[in-house]
Amino acid sequence: MFNFGIWTSEFNKFLMGFLPEWATVLVECVIIAVLVLLTYTVLALFYILYERKLCAWFQCRLGPMRVGKWGLLQVFADMFKILIKELISLKDTDRFLFKLAPYLVITSSVVMLACLPWGNGLQIINYNIGIFFILAVSSVGVLGILLAGWASNNKYTLIGAMRSGAQMISYEISLGLAIITIIVFAGTMNINELVWAQDKAWFIFRGHIPAIIAFLIYIVAATAETNRGPFDLPEAEHELTAGYHTEYSGIHFGFFYLAEYLNLFIVSGIASLMFLGGWMPLHIPGWDGFNNVMNYIPSVVWFLGKSFFVSYVIIWFKWTFPRVRIDQMLSFEWKYLMPLSLANLVLMAVFVALGWHF
Amino acid sequence: MSEIKEIISRILPSATFTEGDTLMVTVDEKDWHGFAKALKETKGLEFDVLSAVVGMDWKDSLGVVYYLTSTSRNWDVISVKVAVADRENPMIHSVCDLWKVANFQEREVYDFYGIKFINHPDMRRFFLRNDWKGHPLRKDYDADPKLNPIPTEDEKNEDDTVSYVEDENGNVKAVPGKVFEEDEYVVNIGPQHPSTHGVMRFRASVDGETVKKVDVVSGYIHRGIEKLSEGLTYPQILHFTDRMDYMSAHQNRHCLCMCIEKAMGLEVPRRAQVIRVMMDELMRISSHLLSFGCTAMDLGATTAFFYGFREREMILDIFEKTCGARMSMNYNVIGGVIADLHPDFVKDVKELINIMPSRLKEYHKVFSGNLIAKNRLKKVGHLSKEDAINYAITGPSGRGSNWSCDCRKKHPYAVYSEVEFDEVLGDGCDSYSRYMVRMKEIEQSCRILEQLVDRIPEGDIRAQVPKVIKLPVGSWYQQVEASRGTFGVYIESTGEKNPYRVHFQSPCFNLVGVMDLTCSGYMIADLITIGAALDFVIPDIDR
Amino acid sequence: MEVKIKSIKHEDFKDNEYIDKLVEELNATGANVMVGKFDQLINWGIANSLWPLCFGTSCCAIEFMSLGAARYDMARFGFEVARNSPRQADYIMVQGTIVHRMAPVLRRLYEQLAEPKYVIACGGCAVSGGPFKNSYCVVPGVDKILPVDVYIPGCPPRPEAFFYGLMQLQRKIKVQKFFGGVNRKEKIAEFFEKHPEEEGRIG
Repeated sequence: MFNFGIWTSEFNKFLMGFLPEWATVLVECVIIAVLVLLTYTVLALFYILYERKLCAWFQCRLGPMRVGKWGLLQVFADMFKILIKELISLKDTDRFLFKLAPYLVITSSVVMLACLPWGNGLQIINYNIGIFFILAVSSVGVLGILLAGWASNNKYTLIGAMRSGAQMISYEISLGLAIITIIVFAGTMNINELVWAQDKAWFIFRGHIPAIIAFLIYIVAATAETNRGPFDLPEAEHELTAGYHTEYSGIHFGFFYLAEYLNLFIVSGIASLMFLGGWMPLHIPGWDGFNNVMNYIPSVVWFLGKSFFVSYVIIWFKWTFPRVRIDQMLSFEWKYLMPLSLANLVLMAVFVALGWHF
Repeated sequence: MSEIKEIISRILPSATFTEGDTLMVTVDEKDWHGFAKALKETKGLEFDVLSAVVGMDWKDSLGVVYYLTSTSRNWDVISVKVAVADRENPMIHSVCDLWKVANFQEREVYDFYGIKFINHPDMRRFFLRNDWKGHPLRKDYDADPKLNPIPTEDEKNEDDTVSYVEDENGNVKAVPGKVFEEDEYVVNIGPQHPSTHGVMRFRASVDGETVKKVDVVSGYIHRGIEKLSEGLTYPQILHFTDRMDYMSAHQNRHCLCMCIEKAMGLEVPRRAQVIRVMMDELMRISSHLLSFGCTAMDLGATTAFFYGFREREMILDIFEKTCGARMSMNYNVIGGVIADLHPDFVKDVKELINIMPSRLKEYHKVFSGNLIAKNRLKKVGHLSKEDAINYAITGPSGRGSNWSCDCRKKHPYAVYSEVEFDEVLGDGCDSYSRYMVRMKEIEQSCRILEQLVDRIPEGDIRAQVPKVIKLPVGSWYQQVEASRGTFGVYIESTGEKNPYRVHFQSPCFNLVGVMDLTCSGYMIADLITIGAALDFVIPDIDR
Repeated sequence: MEVKIKSIKHEDFKDNEYIDKLVEELNATGANVMVGKFDQLINWGIANSLWPLCFGTSCCAIEFMSLGAARYDMARFGFEVARNSPRQADYIMVQGTIVHRMAPVLRRLYEQLAEPKYVIACGGCAVSGGPFKNSYCVVPGVDKILPVDVYIPGCPPRPEAFFYGLMQLQRKIKVQKFFGGVNRKEKIAEFFEKHPEEEGRIG
């Protein structure tokens, strides 16, 4: 497997050759920041198109076709337009919080994006509590949504924000428990080590029953975390017009829009990291030839491929399922999902203790 | 009928009778409320459905014509005429304590004629703005646009209402009231809202997410069709029916045509009758498909919407080939239909009948078979059979409450008496039941089409009608089963070439009347579900 | 500087005097090379990403739904992102009759749209009041209360007509000036001062 770490360390050495250490760090930080933001935009735009095309196919349609070949430039047109749209500031609102909210949402998702392992050696920070950090940062986004709903001084946004708060806080528990289940199995929270632990086989295969249950719980909870259907209550279009971002226009709305899609990528990325081996190719113990062939596919492709697959599943049920009601959603979490994930955690602990895994 | 006459003259000797299209009883205003109570409760009468409330201006007096139906007496219809001579301050006793449906109907009459209903709890305008000057359907209405210019400011005093209460001595005094209390949290849904199916406005007071009360504010697309009709000739008013409930265009127009034909004593050729029935059923399928799609979309299942529209396009193609338009077909005319069937008609209809069963299964799989959809629809928006009758909720929504109210069975018209079909009933009394009734009605409509498609008789498509159509003096009332319930047309003629009064009794008007009853106690999200399952079309309410 | 619409030759589409005049006018005053290019880029963006505000009052709204459905599929043009909040929409498509009670609401919706904003009047009722023109409470055409950019006649217009109208709007957008042009806001304010104008109506 090609290790991208060689490139980065070469580049580091090259800079160190003629710059003092602090300057090297500064230059590298700037480059990384630019790269992250660039990736963020490109990915978000890709995801918008991806979803629009996919939902069109589910619905016997073609989706964007006219702007660029197969509508590839559609999202760029949308981006230009959103950039020049008027930013409306409202009377009788808390201007500062109103403007702060979209930035909170987008910052939290950018930071989460930066923590993901993109490929062998392609990782910005290797924390020993990496996955814990991601979970912590993801909660900042809720704050942005709550602020947006409250600062807009609109009844719809307020209801949307309250729903969002209730929903995200509840489902975070299941999400966390599903991840903890895997952490119990892997014995580490370091993202890099998590990936390497799946060298033999992915966690979803190694941990079999409890890992599969955890995966399913994770997918449900992640859908709720990203406010997507059937849990898209905070912005339930047909009830609350546009939910918490009803009053936002122009690029402020664009931030919510981008963050929504990027969060989809991030939860898919975490799913692929925790259950499907991150950037680790498909390895089957004993089949060395097969494993070698798999290693030729670059690790970035593996990571993106898995994430896109998980996103595909989430998009699929967004467009198929009806929306649940707020009381149904909360009782589903507190009465079924959370007890199940707790039981599953115990089950995993038993399996690990008794060594009933591969 | 003579039996009814006997009982009525026993109850109220002063009542006078006019034999016509239906038995018309004329009563004095002071007797009206007691008489109405007797009509509803006396054994042998039991007129439990208030089918229509028609405000009238006879120039020398103002008044109301009530059409009443008795479900236990084989759906007999009688009409009651109440008139008051006072044009300045006309007052009639309200019957909304007996028939709840009268609540909105009487508000409509107040809006159009300025007749105040005594003891009505909420005497506000219904269609027009609070600051509107005059009552437009009065014959002495001043139509100067300077009096009522295009407004640019929002309405004021939305919460203020008034009620005219009568005390024991018979003195009437106005009692002001409030629609919502000061401290209620009122969420405004509409007029521009994706789920109100048009420009309806609901003001819902909520406690958390639970709806406590819904105030219906209508009139955002009130176009004054009834007033416009009075100035046009009979063939000219036909096209309005297509634009009221655009999803029941054929049925509505069929109804108006039948009413005029009945008044003229015109025999419609059999071929035209069969074509009309087939078009009605195609329209019903198309309407129910749209309803399916919109229900699914309102609940968030966007994909199902597209599946419903896929089949709807097939029906629109059939319409387009024969009628020349996808919507607003303008196909029925007085005496028959305007154009003969397209050569492909039989083939296209057969193809549609063939694929519908499998497609219905697919709909069930993609939407209503889903656990989430079932949980969202079941036990939501409870409407008991008694309430359905009292609020005169007809159509699939009424049948979803297990009330057998299909006009095609009760008052068969055209060739409906010759075809076999079942009246679909659901006993759930909830949104799911209403939804399922619609889906099963598609099957029944296919059954009717199947029986007729090979038996379209040869012959004329339209009867000979005079160039200038004039109706004799009198009044007529005709009902048909439109996609959303019983649609009624009332015509009163003075022998001119244009009608003296046309009233359209639309089913959606009654549907929206139960929003408060069905939504209270449920959540905001359920309000959307209930609205979708009741499936009202706003231009049909507002007319 | 002619207006390009994909798959349709300029000659086939050259039926709009208004646009041709606008182009001529722009060519006469000339444009800065840099600004001109920027304008083109931005106009390309706006024209290809027209998000409608869901605003259906009657039958035209059902045809608009057909437009979104599989056979006509307005997503091909990128029009499918129908926003329910006026803040995020680009144009308001008035589908159906506007009556007196609705007029202030419609105007407020228009004011809530974020610049650049456009108005399309769909169907006979929105264009002129249609069959209800003589009624006591119908606004005879939305151009009495809003500055309309494109009119789509029909009762209701066919989905093809909707597309044609939307493409006309795209054309119109592609020749507008984003930088240095006449301030749209001032124009709109001017319009609002004059309207609704009083007119004698029959009925």
